[in-house]
Amino acid sequence: MTDSNADPANDNGKALFDAGVKEYSAAGRYYYDIGYKPTETQVLTAFRITPQEGVSFEEAAAAVAAESSFSTWTTVWSDYLVDAARYSARTYEMKPIPGHNDQMMAYIAYPLDLFEEGSMPNLMSSIVGNVFGFKPLRAIRLEDIYFPPALLTTFQGPPHGIQVERDKLDKYGRPLLGATMKPKLGLSAKNYGRLVYEALRGGLDFTKDDENITSQPFMRWRDRFEFVMNAVKQAEAESGERKGHYLNVTAGDVEEMYRRAELAKELGSRIIMIDYLVAGFSAFASLSKWCRANGMLLHAHRAMHSVMDRQQNHGVHWRVLAKWCRIVGADHLHNGTVVGKLEGDRTSTIGINEMMRAADVAKVEKCPGHHFDQPWLSMPAMFPVASGGIHVWNMPELVSIFGDDVILQFGGGTVGHPWGSAAGATANRVALEAVVQARNEGRDLLAEGTDILKSAARHSGELRAAMETWKGITFEYESVDALEKPAA
Amino acid sequence: MKTETFSYLPPLSSEQIEKQIQHFLNNGCVVGIEFSSGPRPTLAFWDWWKLPLFNMRTVVEIMAEIEACKQHHADSYIRLTSYDNVRQSQVMSFVVHRPAG
Repeated sequence: MTDSNADPANDNGKALFDAGVKEYSAAGRYYYDIGYKPTETQVLTAFRITPQEGVSFEEAAAAVAAESSFSTWTTVWSDYLVDAARYSARTYEMKPIPGHNDQMMAYIAYPLDLFEEGSMPNLMSSIVGNVFGFKPLRAIRLEDIYFPPALLTTFQGPPHGIQVERDKLDKYGRPLLGATMKPKLGLSAKNYGRLVYEALRGGLDFTKDDENITSQPFMRWRDRFEFVMNAVKQAEAESGERKGHYLNVTAGDVEEMYRRAELAKELGSRIIMIDYLVAGFSAFASLSKWCRANGMLLHAHRAMHSVMDRQQNHGVHWRVLAKWCRIVGADHLHNGTVVGKLEGDRTSTIGINEMMRAADVAKVEKCPGHHFDQPWLSMPAMFPVASGGIHVWNMPELVSIFGDDVILQFGGGTVGHPWGSAAGATANRVALEAVVQARNEGRDLLAEGTDILKSAARHSGELRAAMETWKGITFEYESVDALEKPAA
Repeated sequence: MKTETFSYLPPLSSEQIEKQIQHFLNNGCVVGIEFSSGPRPTLAFWDWWKLPLFNMRTVVEIMAEIEACKQHHADSYIRLTSYDNVRQSQVMSFVVHRPAG
């Protein structure tokens, strides 16, 4: 037997490099570097970290920086072939979180060199990859991310953006109106087309496939597309206005998704739809580029977001998922309604709306909850979509919160009208226009909302019936994830 | 036939139109007037009455232009538009006159 310790090739058993496990925050390493000034090309992140008991905040933050960038659990000889200073992410600031002594906000800067240009999957694999299962952490949540212009401009962004969409639709000076077709599942293609036709002829701008409508046995996609586009064309011809239906092209594989998108285009649809999180960021990016190339608007639904963003201490905040959506590129994205039945804290939702719509820089002062000013340069803006549990009585508050650049979707609030969905659509449209008119006249929508609606209803039986049907209906549950009061 | 914004409300009175014009002037926007004898969803461009009224900053002047346009094009649809040069976009369009009958 050979005694390797005596082997001169191993330097007689002495370590040939500084092997072993070191603390991530150890001096001489870069992962915990408070006071470091990030450069203008670095990606910045804010992580809410909850260390396991016995793990210091310093070590936990350094571990996140290390494991999401350059390092593994032990030193390896090949570390010495790389410039660690160039490739290490650095924790440059730590902030306490009021009311949560077990958590801190760690700000970490990543060198641009760590990321492939124009690839959201690559960035996600680093920043929200394995590190989220890292044992020294009890929980970790990505609260915000800053894209430096050097990286931002390697992405396409929304295929068209708000201004181009308004021009394509010839709709100005008011929010757009939509509705999701209900029941979600089970309608035949012709009955579904009828539902679309009724809602559009009644005065909506858009109708929408539900996120889980794709091509089930009860309604195959091709039949749905054909009947729906028939409905859209007929409603346009009768009303004299441009209309659209978000045809959901989400499919089991990308090739099939393209087939569906191509038929939508062939049938003259103005817009298609993708469930961007379940389809995945590669498929989403491909479809977004197809939409830019083919003059098609793209509506993004956020199904599955709550899996990642609902818990306050772990996951990825919705504002990050929304920012990624704008960067990769959709023209519409669902955000909360604030007043409706779905989860979402008012201030946080407003902050995310502003981030999605900001023309130049989305500033923290205007985007509550954000940690970084995000410059958008010339990247187009997205329409936020407010959908879920809203009805005519909410109109003054919705317009007051969102302004004009929003799509208000009343699903049940349209199809649930006692006289049918055409009347439901008309009721919503009358309420919307009355509220916009009043706002432009300088009236206070929150204080005078009821008067404005009642006065409009004098000229509209449809609105009167809707107001009677949904009188006093509110959904008010406490948000699971409300914004914390800022540190004094 | 509907004509986009405010076409689901009763026709706006002169006083109501004046308030809308004032709103866009207050916001630093330019107001314009367009007309068409046959509006339809595929028609992107209506005829301009002159140019957008770049030099007019009072409601009175603009209401007079609407009246003048009506005199010449009573059988057309006439709409009021507004442009915001900072956002580089049109920000309003609503019909202020429909042909009789």
